[in-house]
Amino acid sequence: MPADIAPLPLKEQFTRGLDAPICLTWELTYACNLACIHCLSSSGRRDPHELSPAEARGIVDDLVDMQVFYVNVGGGEPMLRPDFFDLVGYAVERRVGVKFSTNGTRLTPARARQLAALDYLDVQISLDGAIASTNDAVRGEGSHAAARQAMDNLAAAGFGPFKISVVMTRQNVDELDALAALADEYGAQLRLTRLRPSGRAVDSWDALHPTAAQQRLLYHWLLERPGVLTGDSFFHLNALGEPLDGLNLCGAGRVVCLIDPVGDVYACPFVIDRQFLAGNVRDPGGFPTVWRQSALFSSLRQPQSAGACASCGSFDACRGGCMAAKFFTGLPLDGPDPECVHGHGEAALAALDQRPRSPIGHSKVARDGTPLPVPTPVRFRSPART
Amino acid sequence: MRSEAAFDVERGWRLNPQVALRDEAFGALAYHYGNRRLVFLKSRPLVELVSSLERYPSASAALVALAPAGQRASYERALARLAASEVIDAR
Repeated sequence: MPADIAPLPLKEQFTRGLDAPICLTWELTYACNLACIHCLSSSGRRDPHELSPAEARGIVDDLVDMQVFYVNVGGGEPMLRPDFFDLVGYAVERRVGVKFSTNGTRLTPARARQLAALDYLDVQISLDGAIASTNDAVRGEGSHAAARQAMDNLAAAGFGPFKISVVMTRQNVDELDALAALADEYGAQLRLTRLRPSGRAVDSWDALHPTAAQQRLLYHWLLERPGVLTGDSFFHLNALGEPLDGLNLCGAGRVVCLIDPVGDVYACPFVIDRQFLAGNVRDPGGFPTVWRQSALFSSLRQPQSAGACASCGSFDACRGGCMAAKFFTGLPLDGPDPECVHGHGEAALAALDQRPRSPIGHSKVARDGTPLPVPTPVRFRSPART
Repeated sequence: MRSEAAFDVERGWRLNPQVALRDEAFGALAYHYGNRRLVFLKSRPLVELVSSLERYPSASAALVALAPAGQRASYERALARLAASEVIDAR
């Protein structure tokens, strides 16, 4: 645990930003063979302007120079990138650790063995329900079976403790214990993250986000299980009492950010919208210059107004919650989180009739341009085949 | 995780070879590539102490030489915590 000798609370120092991110999310491709209804990046189609293998390696070189210890790799489905193994191999050889999220559909026994041979690489299999029907309603028919097959393949390859990554929804909160049991069965680590109303979840959030009672249940469940990972994503629940494990602050543009498949740098993975675009890695000076000098990140590193939350006794605990959750539900950024545990968000939401929509999306569309119905049934090569 | 009680200040210690330090204005970030844990070293003298442990016969000797005056006990507790999270290990 951290040593307690500090001139200023560390949290204060982090909110002012660091010269390099502590870690960042890097989405390798917008291509995806699934069409999850809550996809935060509205993935589906590869973007023709995605970074080339050489450009992607250049980013790894920048991360080495900036001493970034690890990246969270996602997508889209990162394993659909043809240079996936070259790129993660290149990163881990240079001691840039890789934690990558996958739907598992391409995680064949042979690829599981390839992954098991790499140091500094963690795998997170996305699974949004212990029960197939719960998961498949969100991630698509067959996706539960594919994820389980990928887990079996990792276990057979002797990968060691992988992670099972779950986005918490109204439908799967009841399956928390079953999810924990599943993780135990594999010797895996359970990782729970918060559903944000980003990407395609703009449309599904109302139906999927946990109820107030479920949030309280989740908070107490997490307090009793400090070994369950959360990616620091539930800090808005700290207003319920003692803080959950973690830094418990919004690190967007301060200690974390997102590099998307075309090299655009956003404040965090949940705000793919022009308002939160800091620059592009193809700009002069590349990623380090975007991180250190962009106007957006500089402004996020200034003291932020507590706005409507200033008079709330819980502000120090929750800091007003998640910027992305507020933005995509149409709430002011200096007000309560839509899932504020005191109910202030619900009241603010009720007064709204419109929500912003990001024009940036890569959802699959029909030939006439209309979005395809989601979720689509999964069609994939059997992961059992190598 | 080993308990803090297991920290023997009279032994020789070193920065765990699996740990990388990144200097920061407040001290340093320490990342353990084995257990994937990120730890914050919250003062410059603590970073100096942790980086120099290997040059001293014991943690105790390093504390005498490098801990700021009057703060030896708190720096020793900090080392015990860093031993528990495997940022430093016994030589």
